[in-house]
Formats: sequence, C-alpha cells, structure tokens
Amino acid sequence: MPDSYFYRYDAHDRALVAERVAQFRDQVARRLSGDLTEEQFKPLRLTNGLYLQLHAYMLRVAIPYGTLTSGQLRALAGIARRFDRGYGHFTTRQNLQFNWIRLEDAPDILEALAAVDMHAMQTSGNCIRNVTADHFAGAAGDEVEDPRIWAEIVRQWSTLHPEFSFLPRKFKIAVTGSPRDRAAVRVHDIGLRLHRDPAGAVGFEVIVGGGLGRTPMIGKTLRDFLPREDLLAYLEATLRVYNRYGRRDNLYKARIKILVHEIGAERMRGEVDAEFHALRGTALRLPDEVIDAIARQFAAPALAARPARSEDVERLRARDRAFARWLAANVTPHRVPGYAIVTAALKQLGAPPGDASATQMDAVADLADRHSSGEVRVSHEQNLILPWVPLDDLQALWRALDALGFADPVAGRIGDIVACPGLDYCALANARSIPLAQRLSLRFGDAARQQEIGELKVRISGCINACGHHHVGHIGILGVDRNGTELYQISLGGDPEAGSTAIGEILGPALTEERTIEAIEAMVDLYLATRVAGERFVDTYRRLGADPYKEKVYGHRA
Amino acid sequence: MVTVHSGSRAVPSALSPLPLDAWLLDPTAAAVSLPNTASPDLLGDGLARLELIALHFPKFNDGRAYSQARLLRGRMGYRGELRATGDVLRDQLPFMLRCGFDSFEKADPPFGEAVRAAATLFSVVYQPAEDNRVPAAELRRLATAGAMAAAAAVSLG
Amino acid sequence: MAKNLRGTHQIVTANRLSDGVVVFFTRSGDWSPDFNDAVVADDPAAAETLLPRARGAATATVEPYLVAVELVDGAPVPVSMRERIRVGGLTFPVLAAGASRYA
Repeated sequence: MPDSYFYRYDAHDRALVAERVAQFRDQVARRLSGDLTEEQFKPLRLTNGLYLQLHAYMLRVAIPYGTLTSGQLRALAGIARRFDRGYGHFTTRQNLQFNWIRLEDAPDILEALAAVDMHAMQTSGNCIRNVTADHFAGAAGDEVEDPRIWAEIVRQWSTLHPEFSFLPRKFKIAVTGSPRDRAAVRVHDIGLRLHRDPAGAVGFEVIVGGGLGRTPMIGKTLRDFLPREDLLAYLEATLRVYNRYGRRDNLYKARIKILVHEIGAERMRGEVDAEFHALRGTALRLPDEVIDAIARQFAAPALAARPARSEDVERLRARDRAFARWLAANVTPHRVPGYAIVTAALKQLGAPPGDASATQMDAVADLADRHSSGEVRVSHEQNLILPWVPLDDLQALWRALDALGFADPVAGRIGDIVACPGLDYCALANARSIPLAQRLSLRFGDAARQQEIGELKVRISGCINACGHHHVGHIGILGVDRNGTELYQISLGGDPEAGSTAIGEILGPALTEERTIEAIEAMVDLYLATRVAGERFVDTYRRLGADPYKEKVYGHRA
Repeated sequence: MVTVHSGSRAVPSALSPLPLDAWLLDPTAAAVSLPNTASPDLLGDGLARLELIALHFPKFNDGRAYSQARLLRGRMGYRGELRATGDVLRDQLPFMLRCGFDSFEKADPPFGEAVRAAATLFSVVYQPAEDNRVPAAELRRLATAGAMAAAAAVSLG
Repeated sequence: MAKNLRGTHQIVTANRLSDGVVVFFTRSGDWSPDFNDAVVADDPAAAETLLPRARGAATATVEPYLVAVELVDGAPVPVSMRERIRVGGLTFPVLAAGASRYA
C-alpha cells in the first residue's frame, strides 16, 4: 500500500459511513411521515450534525482534526452551490457549517459527503464530538509527533461508540503534539499533549475537565505521562466514570468539568485509575503495528530538497511592503527547510469571519494542488492553512490569495477576529457577533497600525455557550441581551495556550456596540503608550492589571 | 401491555424482576431490576444466581445503563438475560445490542422486526464491546499479518 | 435572545419541518412564509387560544411559539431583535459583498 500524507478511508470506513447515511435517510423519512416526533428525532438529527436555526436547518460537517484534501474542499464547494446559498462558515472547532439547508436534502448531502470520505457524524449531540488538533500538525518545526495520528485513532474509537452516545452532555477532545499549543488542550473536556518521558518514549499528558461555556474552567492534569498503547483504555475509563457519575439533573452542570470540580481532581483521578486498571491490557490496548499503520498514513508528502532561503522572496520582501507584512503575519516557518506554512486569512475587512464562498473554496483547492501538495487545513481561528508551500511559490501564492481576498496580513493580529455566527443565524444566541466583528475589523483596517499593535487575539461569542471562545481571547467579547437590547461584555487577559492558559477577567458593565468599539480602541492606545519592548497586548495587561483599562473605558477606577 | 422482544436470546425469561431493594432482602431470587444510578457491584455474590437483570432507561437519552450493561457483561462475567426497560426506542438498539442487552421491553408488536434489523444495520465497528464483534483496526491488523504471511509463503515456495 | 417580550399583540411562528423556513400562523388556520399573512391576537385572551389552535395545525411545522409584536402605523413588527431577524433576514451583507481592502 502506498504511503499517503493524510488518512484515507478504506473499505471499512466507507461501509460504516454509507450505512450511517442509509440509517439517517430512513430516520428523516420517518420524521417527515410523522412516525417520529420532533422530540424523538432531534437527538438523531443532532448526532448527524443537523440543527434547526433561525432561518433554516444548519448542517455541521466534520473536518476531523481540520485536515482536508483539495478534492474534499471542492466537494464542500459543490454542496454549497447545490444545496445552500453558495457559501459556508468555517468554525472554531475546525468544522464547516452550511446555513441554509433543507431537511429533505440532508440525506443527499450526507451521501455527497460520503462520496469524498466525509460525514457529519457526532458534530452535535451528547456524544464524543469531532476531535480537534493543531492545524500545523506535521508541518510545525517544534513537534514531538503528528497529533493527527492520535486524533484519527480517537476518531475511530469514538465513532458510534455504543456506551458513550448518550452522555450527560457533549464531550470534546483535542490533541497537540507541540510545546506551542495550538489546540487549546487545557480548555477541552479532555486535552492530550504529546511529549517524551526522560527515556525518550512518546506518551500523553492527559488533561481532564477544562472547558469554556457558562462555567469556564482550566483542565486538571490527571496523568503526567500515559504510555501511548494505553490511550484508548484511559479514555474509555474516563468516559465511563463521566457517563456513570456526571450530573444529569441540570443542563448547565452536566459537563465533565463540573464533575471534576465537585469531586475534586484527586478523587476523579482515583475513580479513573480504578477503571483504567481494569481496562488496561484488554482489547483496548493499541499494538505498535496498529499505531504504525495509522502513523504511516500521515507521513509527510515527498518534498523535493530546496534551498533554505529563497532569493526571490528576499528580493520582494525588501521592495514590497505589503508582501513583507504578509510574510510577517501569515507565513510560519516550516519543519522542512525551503518550505513554509501559509495562512489564508478568511478575515476580509467587513466580511463575516470564517465565511468562504463556493468560488473561493474551489480557488483555494486549486492553490492547494499547485502549491501545497493538495492539502488544506482548517484552523480553530477560522482560517485556512496551506501546510506544504515551497518558499519559491510564496510570491505567486500571495498574489493568488490576494485576488481572493484571503491575503490580508492579519493572522494572530487584531484583524484576525474569531466570531461565532451569533444572533443573525443561531437559535441559542443572545446578541449578534458578525456585525460587531465587521465594524471592529474596519476600525483597525490599517495594515501598518495593525502590524505595530502585533499579536492580539479578539474573540466574540453571541451567548454564554462561548462558541467564539471569548474566555480565551486576549480581548474577549460576550454578547448579552438586556431587556431586548444587545450589549457586549468585555473581558481581558484570556489565553488558550497550555502553559499560560487563562480565562479572561470581566472588565466591567456591558456596553453598546458603538461603545465596545471605542473601548477597544482606547485600550489598544493605552497598550501602545505603556508597553515595554517585546510585550504583547496581553503581556502589558498582565503587568499593569485591570485598573488602568477600567479607567480608560469607564472613566473611573471600578 | 408489555411485550419482551428478543435479541440473540431465543426465549426471554418469564420471571418478574424484583426491585433492587426487595432483591437485596432476598438475593436468592433469580431476577432483579437495577435502577440506573445503582452500581452493579451491589449484586455481589448474588450475581451468579441471577437469570435476568433489567436495566432501566428513564429517558432514551439517559445513557447510564449502557455502562452498567458493559460492566455486568465485560467486567463481572454475567451471562444471563440482560433486558432494557423504559424508554427503549429502535434508534438506540444498535448501541444496546453492542453493550450486551439481549431483550427489550416494549409494548409495540412490530418492534421485534426493529430488533432484528438493528443487529445488521452497521457491518463495521470501531471499538471492542460486549458483542464479540471484531473492530476495524483489528481486522486491518489481521489482514496485514495474513498478507505478510502469504507473501512469506510465496517467497519460500 | 428572548423569543418573546412583553406586548399585548401576539402572533404565532414556527419553522417548516421540510426545509426549516420561517412560517407564520394565518387567519385561515394555515401556515405562510409571508409575515404579512400572520394573524395577530390583540389581547392576552386571544393569544391564549391562538397558540393551541396553531399547535393543532402543526404537523408540518416544528415547535410553534408566540411572538410579541407592536403595531407601527397599523402593521405588526416583532418586539425582539431575534424575531425581527427571523422576519427580515441577516443584518449584514453576506460574504465579500461588504468587504473592503486593507489600507
């Protein structure tokens, strides 16, 4: 079997997805005929990613660990054209949402996804959700091991898991393979961090009970080093403890973080260990050859040897400021000399964050074929990533992305705003997110100023469910509803990365949209005036504390 | 009226399961009904004498009994009848069968057909459970090992 | 966002089962995607009977509920932002229609 550089379905995977589509086709028919009530049907459609939103059904397509082939991206574009209004929304969980779906079409859409080895299983419902991972996996220079190997192993184990499909609440697992944590592993139900023990063996730090939402919490390390062969036994043990003892009396207290919080990390560790010792060494043990077979699928593409430096790039960098800015923000060093990782920013000024048209998706797929070994990633910051770009291709790629509107030099900057769909689409939202994101990006639409401000993560959620990850934004914004008026509550100092993970602190009373934008402008000015060399916005905030920011925004010390 | 539909079991037991509290007073009784908040460990030595354990789904989306079933089958070696009671719906049957349930209480005559259909709905499983089905990863490993053995035999021949 | 807010005038809305489209309960006891077809209950007692009537006719719709409206120049307008968005659609231009370039 030829080695590939992303997981390819075999006959088993295809059979299961096809059978699942057939099952859902039957369930939809039973709902339309009235055999199933909405109450009975709702959990069935949700575990197939189908929500009912304000204007239509919404289908959330799983993009496991954010990895797409160019062919899969084209298929998504095709679905957007044929079944939706010609666009889709890339989410903070590396998935894609179609906003204008008809229930009657859903089985055909799932069939179109199955044709390119994709599905929408377990993108909602109280089950183990689509597994997320570092979007630079395999290409990052600092990686211990490709986390997608493990995300794929977890994906398979969790798919239609007979014991864990009706958990107290949803369950999110994230995997990172780098010391620089791009998967926010401390704010997931389970975070897995690959690292080496002193003897050089690869294993996992297992972090349990993190999460955002109504009660944000940073996960506790239950295991410093779990041998890799024991991963599934440990996960099954943790999920079993949660399934048995997690609260089911109150929707808002049903996540595993509440269980860990209520019984404490020590007791949780004891319960999980007792279960783990009974499961360890059973059929859940991962033999080396099973791990290696998956790992081979994620071998890097055959990359031709190239000089570590491109003279063409350096010449253009020196003479074109726009190109230099793009290189500084959107191009990341690669593990392989002569290559780069490119972020295609889905953050056009004044456009909804994370949205892409079918035309843009097709064009990015073509660019991936031409410049990135046919592979695309979705980041949890709602951008697309081209992970295998030769340095000599950067100039052509930059121009092509610019023509699409995806070359704005914003990655990691204030213009790289993360936002949930908000009240314009979402049945759960309290306030709109996208219009605020649009106006905020326009306010900071000067590329030179944005470069001067440097790294600044702004994240907007339209309700307490926190799909916009506002708790871990350097600047977090939560939309609230006060007697029918939309207001926005600002928090500062959040950080998603393991090692410095922090939940942002609320600055003060919620503000109108206009005042929110003015407040952010004032706080950025304060940062620029008071920062010391090398400080990011969040570093200055940590050094100064909240008071100067409160004074700037509310005119007094709160 | 309550009907019991069989999974792999030929004839469901006609015994009436005792509520757990009553059974604990008389642990020689052959049938018990376990609330989904109770640990299967409570059955203790009495487990060996049980012919029927009923596990309860107060709502179809309360999944605690799945874990109880797996503990009884996989951990404690229970081989008697394991019956799902309460809000038992056909769309959950594939999961119940995999967790070791082999009878289902449901006052709905066509349900027996649903139980039979659920057993063959998915030809592939990804994880070991209580139904002895071989997960995809293990099938792949065996296929690779088989192919290597065949290749070795050819090269030797 | 609250679906409903205080108000004496009420309509009933839902999403159509087959495609999720927003629909309104009409005078003739049917459902219409046109907000102008919505029957308005103009006192609490009328609203109380309107919702059960709508639920009785809801086989092809999902979870009907009451929405407060106010009369503006005689025409009903939903009180809550959520319901105004359900009636009027997105409050921003989709995609790059509203996008501009970095300076």
